[in-house]
Amino acid sequence: MCTFCGCGTTTDGKSQAASADRAPPDRSEAGGEYRSFGEHPDRHRHHHNHDHDDQEHHGHSHGNDGAIDFGGGLAGVHLPGMSQERILRLERDILSKNDAFAGANRARLKASGIFALNLLSSPGSGKTSLLVRTITDLQFHFPIAVIEGDQQTSNDADRIRATGAPAIQINTGKGCHLDAHMVGHALDQLPMAAGGLLFIENVGNLVCPAAFDLGEAHKVVVLSVTEGEDKPLKYPDMFAEADLLLLNKVDLLPYIDFDMTACVGFARRVNPRIEILTVSARTGEGLPAFYRWIEEHALDTALPAQRSV
Amino acid sequence: MHEMSVAESLLELIEDEGRSQGFVRVKKIRVKLGALGHIEPEALRFCFDAVSHGSIAEGAHLDLETVAGKGWCSGCGRTVPIAERYDICPECGKSDVRMTAGDELRLAELEVD
Repeated sequence: MCTFCGCGTTTDGKSQAASADRAPPDRSEAGGEYRSFGEHPDRHRHHHNHDHDDQEHHGHSHGNDGAIDFGGGLAGVHLPGMSQERILRLERDILSKNDAFAGANRARLKASGIFALNLLSSPGSGKTSLLVRTITDLQFHFPIAVIEGDQQTSNDADRIRATGAPAIQINTGKGCHLDAHMVGHALDQLPMAAGGLLFIENVGNLVCPAAFDLGEAHKVVVLSVTEGEDKPLKYPDMFAEADLLLLNKVDLLPYIDFDMTACVGFARRVNPRIEILTVSARTGEGLPAFYRWIEEHALDTALPAQRSV
Repeated sequence: MHEMSVAESLLELIEDEGRSQGFVRVKKIRVKLGALGHIEPEALRFCFDAVSHGSIAEGAHLDLETVAGKGWCSGCGRTVPIAERYDICPECGKSDVRMTAGDELRLAELEVD
């Protein structure tokens, strides 16, 4: 779902864009970068229209096929030109469109044997530095690509590209998170080798990105020790959604008051199944364990087993 | 402010239904919101008012029904009320409670013309 440009794209890549209301402004294109996600790469204008025959990403069916319970039988009876008050019982997930796009992304990544991680954190936790270090260490073992999400600038994608890895910058404009539709567009543009790693660096924000499935294999939350040990309790949604917590900047522990035991306890209280690793993107401490985690979790879906870190 | 995206998604669902079901005006929208979910009700109301302006849902009453948090306590072997995600069980005091309700974000019902 793109909640900004509102266009729909089917899983076979066919645009469902329709007419011209809610038209976004024009777009400037620079090296695969979306200047604002309200602005569409195809320059077409469109609204939130789509084909109701497309059950795959529509997620429900209409009319007489029984997928929706309309209750008392008034629904579906429409006489043109006549007003008819009625109640429609729908029971539909409001984020069902995003989830459908995420499902399509996931299927596409799986078909290519690509292992995708969605990195979440507040701004300044060191996500990009962590990625730069990880890419530098792993790029001769796996093909690696990155999708970068920020409200503005291509600074992060530039830093990634400096390592030699391909990167696509998504600028969300006023948006506070990436959604699955944005990521689908980025996948269209990203040169990715089969059997590779894809890092999706979400917009720095400990709240909003938690709600939006992008089609990743795992969500990884990065928390730097300078942020304080009680973040898992203050922002539980993010930690509840993640499979791995990376406690970053541990090289600074001698200089700050950070209660590691309490932080781990808070994270496990919010999410008993979360795995936790302590790392330093600056010194490299703990990173081999992160690389092993990637390799172990990627084996099922993506990376060839014979490759070792 | 992900409530803005959620409000847009809600309006999309309503407009889709309007096209397929042939209604032109929405009078009332009933949404189920989990008490432990990630949506602030007043923010969603504010955002929906903004995005629905000029649409078939403009002026519709947005009825936000809160779904209380519940979890399955493996110690007690039953469903218990919880006030936070992964709260401790209010009955036995153990923490092994899996949330089973309270995370809803659903368009439940529309009253339309």
